[in-house]
Amino acid sequence: MVVANNYEMVCGLEVHVELQTKTKIFCGCTTEFGGDQNTHVCPVCLGMPGALPVLNREVVNYAIKAGLALNCEIAKFSKFDRKNYFYPDLSKNYQTSQFDLPICGKGGLEIEVEGEKKWIGITRAHMEEDAGKLVHSGETISTSNESLVDYNRAGVPLLEIVSEPDMRSIPEVLAYLEKLVQILEYTEVSDCRLEQGSVRFDVNVSLRLVGEIALGTRTETKNLNSFSSVRRCMEYEVARQARVLDAGEKVIQETRTWDEGRGVTLTLRSKEEAHDYRYFPEPDLTPLVIDREWVERIRKTLPELPGARRARLQELGLSAYDAGVITQAKAMSDYFDAALVHYGDAKALANWVMGDLTRLLNSNQCRVADSPISPQRLAELLVIIDKGTISGKIAKSVIEEMYSTSKDAQTIVKEKGLAQISDEGALLGIIDNVLAANPQSVEDYRAGKDRAIGFLVGQIMKATKGQANPGLVNQLLKEKLA
Amino acid sequence: MKISREDVEYVAALARLELTEQETQEYTEQLNSILDYAAMLERLDTSDVVPTAHAVPLHNILREDQVRPSINHEKALRNAPDGEEGFFRVPKIV
Repeated sequence: MVVANNYEMVCGLEVHVELQTKTKIFCGCTTEFGGDQNTHVCPVCLGMPGALPVLNREVVNYAIKAGLALNCEIAKFSKFDRKNYFYPDLSKNYQTSQFDLPICGKGGLEIEVEGEKKWIGITRAHMEEDAGKLVHSGETISTSNESLVDYNRAGVPLLEIVSEPDMRSIPEVLAYLEKLVQILEYTEVSDCRLEQGSVRFDVNVSLRLVGEIALGTRTETKNLNSFSSVRRCMEYEVARQARVLDAGEKVIQETRTWDEGRGVTLTLRSKEEAHDYRYFPEPDLTPLVIDREWVERIRKTLPELPGARRARLQELGLSAYDAGVITQAKAMSDYFDAALVHYGDAKALANWVMGDLTRLLNSNQCRVADSPISPQRLAELLVIIDKGTISGKIAKSVIEEMYSTSKDAQTIVKEKGLAQISDEGALLGIIDNVLAANPQSVEDYRAGKDRAIGFLVGQIMKATKGQANPGLVNQLLKEKLA
Repeated sequence: MKISREDVEYVAALARLELTEQETQEYTEQLNSILDYAAMLERLDTSDVVPTAHAVPLHNILREDQVRPSINHEKALRNAPDGEEGFFRVPKIV
């Protein structure tokens, strides 16, 4: 995509995902979010001298699972390394990470932007420990005279997924991130709660003149935690770099930070001050040997991924759009599949799930997994519509009732006497009354004004509180007036 | 490989060590003599030897994902130079 003034942007991303294990990567402390400061800590994650880390098996399982879902090669041999730097959110003065032998090698995923498909490469994905949290005494880190440290998060397992610089526009970046998070959510390696910081993004951006092959100088903006921050940050950074280049100056290679409040990126450190991490193999952990059997065991636990689910729903008659909406989040897709077991018309089911059910969930701020209407109950409602027990219109009030009372459709229909009147005798009596009360309409209809029948049907529906079987009413009325 | 004074100054700066002129000189010499000694290994043919990732011939030492008790605030902060309400307190960072 051409951005301002004939420049093309080139972007690659590093995504840090917290893996959803019960315990930290190298010790038995809980990974639970929240908790009083420094209560989920022990000598290992506090970096006490002599404390020894032991790798959590589940972290390796999740890393392999995520790697397989992202089409990555899984290493046969992998090890941990120490990344050395001084910063108080690291208690040990190094982060235990992976350098030259990461668990996941090359992979990638397919995105779609405005109908165009594109493959975005993944360079690697590696396991590492998260750092603690800092609370600064001042407004920002540089205006603070001191900071407070909470190590509850230190040692929570992370998977860092590094993409190739394959993205050329902000929509491509957002499509990649959405797809990536969606896949991670489906594989259940992470709860992907962005608002709790369980997924964080570092954005590498550079500009070059359209047609230029060599890459321009890039900046890296660290620690963004929402899609909207990524979008705003990139808009700002692309415009900033274009201004620098337009002025005939050079973009400085540096690490920047995003100021959410002011909507600007700021220099964090330049390349000259860049860290020399002096990686070396972690002597406290043994290497990993991952045989094919292990990989195949994990492969068997992979769920049907969003792309495959979407294709399956389209085969069942859903439009590409509807299939995309249903499979956007795993919880919704699981709900749909569970209902589909009890009700076969996927298209009608999709309409109710995306329509009334979603509206009720949204207006009550309820997650689909917690829906008071179970998938089976929703299916039962659709079954009785098809049977003609209630009309689609009545069903709309039944679903409201199902939501607020958690009762099933049959019970509500029975209790409220909502069953459709399909009894000819009963309907004929009502039709006679309506015809007697509206002689003018009867005359109009007989005089050739077809519209008059609509009014009469309306009166009959009104007299039956909407419960008359509309098809039958039309048929009987036409016979009467013939 | 020869270690220069600049290398020693650079590594010292990364490690936040303040060295005197004399110490820099001394360490440059010592580090060079250690490297010279280790350079003897270069006389061996290691073309068939795989790189060593760990000195102990073990792999896949793993633990199960089971929560174990953490320690409390007081214990966590007992040796900390400064703290407040269960937090560690650190001086100005940047």
